[in-house]
Amino acid sequence: MANSLFEEKLSSKEFMVTTEIGPPKGADVSEMIHHIDLLKDNVDAINVTDHQSSVMRFPSLGGCLLVKERGGEPILQMTCRDRNRLALQADLLLAYSRGINNVLCLTGDSIDVGDHKEAKPVFDADSVQLLRMIRTMESGKDMSGEDLKGSPKFCIGASVHPEADFIEPQLIKFEKKVAAGAQFFQTQGIFDLASLRRFMQYASQFDVRILAGIIVLASARMARYMNDNVPGIIVTEAIIDELAGVEKGKGLEKGIEIAARLMRTIKEENLCHGVHIMAVGNERIVPEILEEAKMLGVSPRAR
Amino acid sequence: MIVAEQKPLEEIRRMIVPYERVLILGCGTCMTVCNAGGEREVSYLHSALRVAQAKGGNGAHTFSEYTVRRQCDPEFLDMIGDKIADVDTILSLGCGIGVQALAERYTDLPVLPGVNTSFMGMANESGVWDERCAACGDCRLDDTAGICPITRCTKGILNGPCAGTKNGKCEANKDIDCAWILIYRRLERLGQLEKMRRYYPMRNFRAIPRPKRITSKTTVDVGEDNG
Repeated sequence: MANSLFEEKLSSKEFMVTTEIGPPKGADVSEMIHHIDLLKDNVDAINVTDHQSSVMRFPSLGGCLLVKERGGEPILQMTCRDRNRLALQADLLLAYSRGINNVLCLTGDSIDVGDHKEAKPVFDADSVQLLRMIRTMESGKDMSGEDLKGSPKFCIGASVHPEADFIEPQLIKFEKKVAAGAQFFQTQGIFDLASLRRFMQYASQFDVRILAGIIVLASARMARYMNDNVPGIIVTEAIIDELAGVEKGKGLEKGIEIAARLMRTIKEENLCHGVHIMAVGNERIVPEILEEAKMLGVSPRAR
Repeated sequence: MIVAEQKPLEEIRRMIVPYERVLILGCGTCMTVCNAGGEREVSYLHSALRVAQAKGGNGAHTFSEYTVRRQCDPEFLDMIGDKIADVDTILSLGCGIGVQALAERYTDLPVLPGVNTSFMGMANESGVWDERCAACGDCRLDDTAGICPITRCTKGILNGPCAGTKNGKCEANKDIDCAWILIYRRLERLGQLEKMRRYYPMRNFRAIPRPKRITSKTTVDVGEDNG
């Protein structure tokens, strides 16, 4: 039996659409709730990011509780940057007890790229170890070998970087994540479909579902900034040129067009098993992207 | 070796304010090699403090200077009894270990740290030192082709690179090599990539508990359990 609606969809082998919400910096969650309501019935699941780019925000777990409250399907993004193994396990128990059963396991960005650069980085675990931690807890034991009173059950995923400029070590890590029990992967932002094709030729030998990460860019400036400052992002020159070619104020429109085009091609050519849309601060335009990509109503929730 | 940097002069001047007679004490071992607190640096600091005082400012001090072979060795500290007889504080240019060894040896005398002890490392080129060891107590350099991911990866992770590496550099600092790219390349050259494919579980932070203590087997009585 599936542990979540999302896991059920994963095994259906249908094309999947997920997106993500970045929680607010502050206690006012009204805009996040608005975004959840806007997105929950149009996608298969909503990731809630965990202090993305190491910037302190409302927690991922809290955001997932809100997604659940509003009737959506949450994916808990969990990084190892801020919690040691006690805190990771405790948060997983809390998540499971509240029906949050999908977890994306990440190592987490470096503290140095964020807004609390003087904080102590934890990294007691890495992404592979976190995946294994979850499988261990599911077996009824905690990380010290003690019995759990009631064990959780999760659908777990991880990330992979098909456009890394040096791919071999990334693929070794990908295989470790598969071996550790990852059922699905949401990739880092894809900008060059040739690299996704190459990656899928290799990855299709594994029994995992791959969702291509789609980052919605709002301007050439933003693209260049991300290339320089955001870990794991390599926007191609062709896309930067395309964004630079539009008149002022039309950048986001172009970004939506590019995202939708990538999504359509991925689906039409059946390049991978779905897409994961990262609108980075522009969550409100996700329905528009879905419409332009002709993916509105792809989620069974919308039917 | 241990690598340190001398503290800014202004910070040192603020620290010594309450004390009239100050002994500037250098260390002849690591601090000499890394140019942070050897005989030469003691002499420079002595002059700098005198000049600063002459220009006016906080308090009137008398300074003396001396450098011992090793501040972290009680044997050498016993030999400075006459140097400290008439001082109100020791401004140590030894590493953090030296400062503490002095404080343990001379219980009634305030000891001030004149350097910031930074890491264990090696000189790569003249005047440039790089960190190499985190003293984790559980060396795994065999698994990582002689390149330490605990020290040289900003996240200290064990199962391969994160996705933030770009052009072989670290996401936290574009001037620093990604340890895992170095490890991959060297394992590949050695024909040992299978070591990277292995799963490494979470570290044991109890490998030796903090504060750590090692008792050399040669100084332990025969028959005593040294485990």
